[in-house]
Amino acid sequence: MPLVPEIGLPSPLLWLIIVPLSALLAAVPLGRRAARSMPIVAVVMPALALWLIVEVSLGGPQEHTLGGWTPPLGIALRADGLSAAMLLLTAVLGAAAGLFSIALYPPRGGDESAASGTFWALFFSLWAALNVVFLSGDLFNLYVALELLTIASVGLAALGSLAAAMRYLVFALFGSLAYLLGVVLVYARWGTLDLDLLGTMIDAEPATFLAAGLMTAGLLVKAALFPLHGWLPPAHGAAPPPASAVLSGLVVKAAFYILVRLWFDLLPALATEAFVQATGALGALAILVGSVMAIRAERLKLVIAYSTVAQLGYLFLIWPLAGGATGEMPWAAGAWTGGIFHAVAHGLAKAAMFLAAGLMIEAVGHDRLDGLAGLGRALPFTTFSFGLAAVSLMGLPPSGGFIAKWLMLTAAFAADELVWAGVILAGGLLAAIYLFRPLNRMLQKADPPELKPVARRRELLPMSLAALAILMGLAPGGLYALLQIGRPVAALEGLE
Amino acid sequence: MSDAGVAHWLVYALAGAGIIGVGLYGFLTRRHLLRRVIAFNVIGSGIFILFGATGYRDADLGADPVPQALIITGVVVAISLTALAAALIARQAEEAGAALLPEDEEPPHGRKG
Amino acid sequence: MSAALFFDVALCLLLLAVALAAVVGRDIFGSIVFFITYGILVAIAWIRLEAVDVALAEAAIGAGLTGALLVGTWRRLRRGRAEDLPGRPDDPQDPLPATLHRRCTGVLCLVLTGGLGWAILNLPEASTGLIPEVSANLETTGVSNAVTGVLLGFRAFDTLLESIVIAVALVAVWALTAEGLWGASPGLRQHAKRDGVLATFGRILPPIGLVIAVYLVWAGSTLPGGAFQAGTVAGAVLLLTAMAGHGEPPAVTDPRLRLAVVAGPLVFLAIGITGAFFGSFLALPPAWSKTLITLIEVVLSGSIAVTLAYMVLGVPREPEHRRSRS
Repeated sequence: MPLVPEIGLPSPLLWLIIVPLSALLAAVPLGRRAARSMPIVAVVMPALALWLIVEVSLGGPQEHTLGGWTPPLGIALRADGLSAAMLLLTAVLGAAAGLFSIALYPPRGGDESAASGTFWALFFSLWAALNVVFLSGDLFNLYVALELLTIASVGLAALGSLAAAMRYLVFALFGSLAYLLGVVLVYARWGTLDLDLLGTMIDAEPATFLAAGLMTAGLLVKAALFPLHGWLPPAHGAAPPPASAVLSGLVVKAAFYILVRLWFDLLPALATEAFVQATGALGALAILVGSVMAIRAERLKLVIAYSTVAQLGYLFLIWPLAGGATGEMPWAAGAWTGGIFHAVAHGLAKAAMFLAAGLMIEAVGHDRLDGLAGLGRALPFTTFSFGLAAVSLMGLPPSGGFIAKWLMLTAAFAADELVWAGVILAGGLLAAIYLFRPLNRMLQKADPPELKPVARRRELLPMSLAALAILMGLAPGGLYALLQIGRPVAALEGLE
Repeated sequence: MSDAGVAHWLVYALAGAGIIGVGLYGFLTRRHLLRRVIAFNVIGSGIFILFGATGYRDADLGADPVPQALIITGVVVAISLTALAAALIARQAEEAGAALLPEDEEPPHGRKG
Repeated sequence: MSAALFFDVALCLLLLAVALAAVVGRDIFGSIVFFITYGILVAIAWIRLEAVDVALAEAAIGAGLTGALLVGTWRRLRRGRAEDLPGRPDDPQDPLPATLHRRCTGVLCLVLTGGLGWAILNLPEASTGLIPEVSANLETTGVSNAVTGVLLGFRAFDTLLESIVIAVALVAVWALTAEGLWGASPGLRQHAKRDGVLATFGRILPPIGLVIAVYLVWAGSTLPGGAFQAGTVAGAVLLLTAMAGHGEPPAVTDPRLRLAVVAGPLVFLAIGITGAFFGSFLALPPAWSKTLITLIEVVLSGSIAVTLAYMVLGVPREPEHRRSRS
């Protein structure tokens, strides 16, 4: 393909991949000294994401063909409203978690340990892999990005618990193989791996059904949908808090994102009533089982990790609910948009919670629920951010979580699918129950326990994330409009 | 000649499917983690054979280089994952004493799977 | 049935049998040996499928390095076992799950294989995949090996990511180091007698291996070969040298080692970024394409060699001579 030899500034789409890749490659030889690059990255990445949002808002969906080779031969990167929103979420969460980690894995002081010498490379790898997932328009490229994501995630989880990391890897291996087999079948049948091209070609056919089934199964394992969620609570509960924040807030959403792209862009023709209802049913079970396990958990990080399992269930309700309304209703794409809203709000709130919990654990030395009494008086700022995050998770107004649930509820009522509406409401109630226990302990009027000091600057991090989750509820219009750019037709008409 | 030509790729494709099945059986029924890693590699190899065979459907045209390139990528990814798994297994066995996931450890008289 | 077809059927049946042995074998070391055998047979299958680059990669990486990795881990499990633990870490009783579980799983796997077979048989007759597009555009990349053209030309982004995947996997392996052992040398040192077999091979094979590696990367643009295959052979050479006791591998904290691990991806990324300023990320101007591809492949082979060698060496741990009889 001929190249025009003039110098031009690469689009933000490319920078969002180049910056984390460069950071990660630099972090390998630098070891723990790479922590010094974190403040710069924390400013640059959100700026790039915002720049991309501006470009998408003004110019519509963006595309870049890598190497100048157009698909089907080459690979294309594409950004629409959904990608841009997820990239901004990644940038914000990555910045907060990364800044939080500087105190845990400092560039100086004492000897370098295995953890501090490798954390930054693994952290930036996670970031890079996430960005590639949200931008790539090629099925096999997504596979490689998912594997990078898995390796980085397992590495970070192993810093917490070896057994949990091993279990995570076993599940992830299975998921990868299933996804890869599906991709192979797609290429064998259709001769291309490009998402846009496939969207125009794919037909309901036996080989395609098998491929879709395999890819979906693999991605559901990675998204920790019930009953394949067993790996998540130990891994997220044991990992270092900033790692858990990104794992729960983003990594599981990456698999969900690919599922949304597959089913709403490529495969709407294949979605049968049974499949759609079954997916919703599994989501409902996830909400139920996750909430019950969270209610019974005795350690704060486990409560938060089980809460992730439950909250992920909401995301899978968009399969039965999408497009539930008639064309006249202005909120017709409510369920699809609501699902994405939920993913974003949950990301912010869950990360805030993990970071807040991380500060509490550092202060008190453990994370047993019965040992948290009186923490509210000792760490009021952090407890308040935990509380705000809880507000969003419970779906109380004003918060991003509330808007998300409201969008999905209106879709459910409009489509007369009252069962799902009941599930959503019940989920909110259950969340209130499992979040009540830790909050109650923290706010108890008891003598504050022995505390190690916590830097005030670090307390700002969970607070900013929680505040953003609430802000989403106060000003949802911007995100709503952004998500409509490039929104697939199936989001409006539904899958059935 | 065309008959043998068609069957040529088909034999390998079906073999690939069979190997995937064999590997999956191993992955799901064996609990020792090193065996699971072997099974993972067998499944992966089966997937690659299937991929390569479907890229060679017309012997006159030659083999499709795209699946071959992707398979090489896949082989490299597979060894990366295997290396990580092997290291985790070794370290976990050092700490826990057995190369099994905690839920797979059971009393010596066995249990229903 | 023609002779070629007969050979193919026989090879495939053998593959299935060896795969089964590798998976259900009684003894783990036996399973590993069957797996290595399987890998070599698969390499032959790749040659029959006109995929020589893949055959090289499979033999070197799939059979060779993976086999070494598995054997090394198995040894490590055996060594670490405490005498009074019930069951041995390398091959605990590992009781088979109940017959019902086995039967159900067996049926599930048969269903999957059957489904795949049926999908395969129903694939459209006339399907060229991307062969026409590749043939039409290969000249612009400057290389004539189509697989190299795809790997470093059309789908270079995949290859860039993949070269980063191995580096990150190595870092993740290092992250597992136990407390206090961070500066230690990676394991797998053998007790090589001065004039014994291992030491001798450790002197004879490396030069041969290096020549093969250089050939593979150099010829990779026109003939089967390439960075990954060459890197693997060179990595095996490094491993052999280390295992035979002819040199102490640098500790993982050595910055030069870590730079060597990322040098390949860094050069690749740098070239990609330069292309981005001139129109497209990872674009290679046709006049320079072959040179740049060769440059990338050479540096990448070096990084891959170091990375794969260290992957097999594994997590840094206490030197063996301190623990056992010497």
